[in-house]
This record gives sequence, C-alpha cells and structure tokens, in this order.
Amino acid sequence: MNTLSRRKLITAGLAATAGVSGLAVAARMADRHGLIPPDCGGIYGLGHTLTYASHRILTANSLAREFPRSEISKTPYANGKPPKDAEFKHLEAGGFADWRIAIEGLVARPASLSLADLKAHSSRSQITQLACEEGWSFIAEWTGVPLAEVLNAAGILPQARYVLYYSIQRNWLGSVDMADAMHPQTLLTYGMNGGELPVGHGGPLRLRVPRQLGYKSVKFINRLKVTDNLDELPKGKSYSWYAGI
Amino acid sequence: MQGESYYSPNPAAATSATGNDTIHSMADSAVHPSLSSVVQAAATTPRHSAVVRVTHWLTALCFLALLVSGIEIVISHPRFYWGEAGNVLTPSLFNLPIPASRASLPTGYSFVLPDQNGWSRSLHFEAAWIAVLTGLLYVAWGLLTGHFRNQLFPSGSDLRWVSLSRILAGHLRLKPPGAEEAWSYNVLQRLTYLCVIFVLFPLMIWTGLAMSPAVVSAFPGAMTVFGGQQSARTLHFFDTALLALFLIVHIGMVCLAGFRNRMRAMITGRAEAQKEHS
Repeated sequence: MNTLSRRKLITAGLAATAGVSGLAVAARMADRHGLIPPDCGGIYGLGHTLTYASHRILTANSLAREFPRSEISKTPYANGKPPKDAEFKHLEAGGFADWRIAIEGLVARPASLSLADLKAHSSRSQITQLACEEGWSFIAEWTGVPLAEVLNAAGILPQARYVLYYSIQRNWLGSVDMADAMHPQTLLTYGMNGGELPVGHGGPLRLRVPRQLGYKSVKFINRLKVTDNLDELPKGKSYSWYAGI
Repeated sequence: MQGESYYSPNPAAATSATGNDTIHSMADSAVHPSLSSVVQAAATTPRHSAVVRVTHWLTALCFLALLVSGIEIVISHPRFYWGEAGNVLTPSLFNLPIPASRASLPTGYSFVLPDQNGWSRSLHFEAAWIAVLTGLLYVAWGLLTGHFRNQLFPSGSDLRWVSLSRILAGHLRLKPPGAEEAWSYNVLQRLTYLCVIFVLFPLMIWTGLAMSPAVVSAFPGAMTVFGGQQSARTLHFFDTALLALFLIVHIGMVCLAGFRNRMRAMITGRAEAQKEHS
C-alpha cells in the first residue's frame, strides 16, 4: 500500500510538473505569436485570452464582410455628441482645412498630415457594417486611406506592437495590435456614403476597424502613436480590449 | 469510467437489496457497493456518472452567468430587428417593454438604468467559453460511451402516439413520476434533453458567433444563413427565452419528482432505490 501510494504521489507530482511547465511553454509560445491580449489578467482574463487567441488564428487573413450598395442603411445612427470645445468648433468653422493628424512613436519619420495629405494617398471605399456593443448597427460606405499605407510611409520600427489612436476629445483613445493596424480594411476614414464624413459620425477623421465592434472605431482622430506597450490605457476598464467579440 | 454498466442498475436487484440480506448477490460492477458502506449501498443505487454531474453543474453555473449578463447587455438596447442592420432610427420588429440603460432610447420610461455592460460582456463571453468547452467534453464523452444512444434516444415504441400521449397527460396533470423514472428518463424528458443539447445550445452558439464581425469575416457562408447580424441577435434572444423556459420547467419537474432525491442523485451520483409501487 505504502509503495503504491508513493508511486501514485510521484506520478501525480510528475504529471502536475509536466502540466504546469506545458502550460508555461504554451503561454510563452502564445505570447511570441501574438496571441495574448493586454487584458489577459484578472477574473475575465481567461475569456479575453481565449477569444483573442482564437480570433487571431482564425481571422489571420479574413476580410470584414462587404455589402452591396442596396444594403446601405437609409438611417445611419450617429451615436454620441460632437466635441463642444472651442478648438473643435474653430476647426469645424474652417471646414477642417487646418485639421492635422500627428504620426509619432516607433516610426522612422514622424509626420503631421492634413486631410489633403491623407487624400493624396490612394483611397479605398468599402461598404461595411458598424455594430455597436449595445446591439444596434448600420451599414455605410466608408472612404479613407488604409492605416497601413500611412504607417508604412512613416516607416514602422521593428519593435512596434500596437497603434494608439487619440481623439481630439480629452482622455479618449483606442488601440489595436499590428495585425489590425496593418489590415487592408482598417481605414483612416474621411468620407461616408459618397460625401465628407459627417461630424456626427466622427468627421473629419475616424479610424474604422470593421472587424471589431464600434467602440474600437474612435472618432475625431488627431494623433497616432506606434508603440510597444499599452501603459497609457486607462486602468480598471472592464470593456474587453479586443472587440471582434 | 464505468461505461454503460454504471447506468443500468438492475432495479429488481436494487429493490431486493433494500429489504434483506441478499446484498452479496449484487456485488457486481453495475452497483459496485463498497463493502465499507453496505448500508449506503443498500439504500441507494447509482444514477448519474461523474462526467454527467460535473458537466451538468458547470453548465448550470455558466447558463446562470450567461442569463444574468445577457439581460444586462440587452437592456442597453431592448429593441429587436430582422435583417442585416437596425438601430433606433429603424422600425423595430418588437421592443421589450422595459427601461433601458442608455438615454438615447425612447422606452417610455422617465429614468435610465445604470450601465453594466463592461463586466456583463466580459462575464458573458468567459461563461460562454466555459460552457462551450464543457459541452464539447460532454458530447465527446456521450458519443464515446453510448450515453446518448442508451440514455437519451427514445426507443421506437416510446415514440408511438399512445405512449407519448399517456406521458404527456400525466405531466399535464402534474402527476409525480413512477418509481421507474428514478433510474431512467421518460420519453418526453429524453426528447426535451436532446432538443436542449443538440438544437437550442448549438443554435445559441451559432447565433452568438453570427453577431461577431470577426467570426463573420472568417466564416461568412456559415454565419450569414440567419439573414444578417440583427436576425441572429433576435434568434439569440428567442433561444434564450426557450432555454429559460426549459430551466423553469426543469426545476419544476425536479421539485415534483422529489427535490431531495433528484438533487442528491445529481450531486452525489446516487439515488434512493425506491420500492416499486404495485
């Protein structure tokens, strides 16, 4: 009996060690392949990590669904209110001719671009859905320049892991990993349904990330930062960082 | 794993064991009484295997978390649509007559509920993951051991109208189940469980995934069959209603059949070996 329980103990111990080290190796490999989201800790970390890792594997080359023109919503809902501060009002009064977006962080050539500079890049139009986490949605045609093109022009440094994008609204920013930042459908969007992007929908400039929910498509973008960390993100927010759902 | 023999105790042996000294005759793997607990073995008979019990309670816990967090999420937009897209400016299919957690909705109520979507959404998806992994384990085990074939698929004779209507009539009169149902499922139970396991839960997962822009981008063909993201959301809601109804009836039936014994069977795995009513 004694030898049996000792043998059992040793087997169980070895199995536990193998299991823990197996998990540790799996976690390191997952991290190396970019499968661990920044909100992997805490009580909801398991769910966040499983979703992010599986989506990163399954959607590596996928394109957000694009719709026929007939599906464009006749009533696109403009959620929230435009900024009320004097700076935004002043820029709006000038037709956003003076709107500029700064490209900074881990890039070889930081830049500051006007809307005209962005429009000088090749443009892309796509009819995609904007789905809010609340449950509502609409379909519109969005026109802009792929974020990848702007970042490539600035020269991304090899340490880059994330792109932060800042709204002109105070304390409002979003972030995506490089997979979504370099995705062909991730657009610095300045046009909607054939016209300028209305202020209600984030005009003059909104980052559209169509494979994620609406809260990742931050409005009124005036600054981009390529980075290797997300220390700037507000802590304690429990909205999942990755929103492909 | 004891396999199917674990499930099919001979009720006659169990019944006779309750009365007298024939205990040694039933010392086989079907009932596997441990000698140290002859008294217990005499009074109870194996009912649910460990896999069934563990997956049952994990699923129950996850379902509760999904239901609560799902309600929290839905009150941020208690309007439903059909098709690809829908918002507050679009005519809705139907509205829930409840207040909302967003001020932008015309609900008819003068107040707005607190926004709980942050933790609700994280809990919803975490519980969904655990439920799906639990379900996969259960289904794989059920297929390998013949659990579905032996315990849940009704026999041909049970599916005849005479038999079905007799059991249905008994249910409608809220008649407590007979002794044979302490160790087996009746045909209505079998059909209901099969429907929950193989229709309602898979549809829930499917419609849930069909709301994800990323999953739709990866599997557009499989995800657009519902007619759009809003249709999937509406079906997800109806499926929730059906599963909630199942939960209520399920708990009601457990109470009717004998709450203590049924709970004991699902927790300890053993049920009281009842005497046949003559």
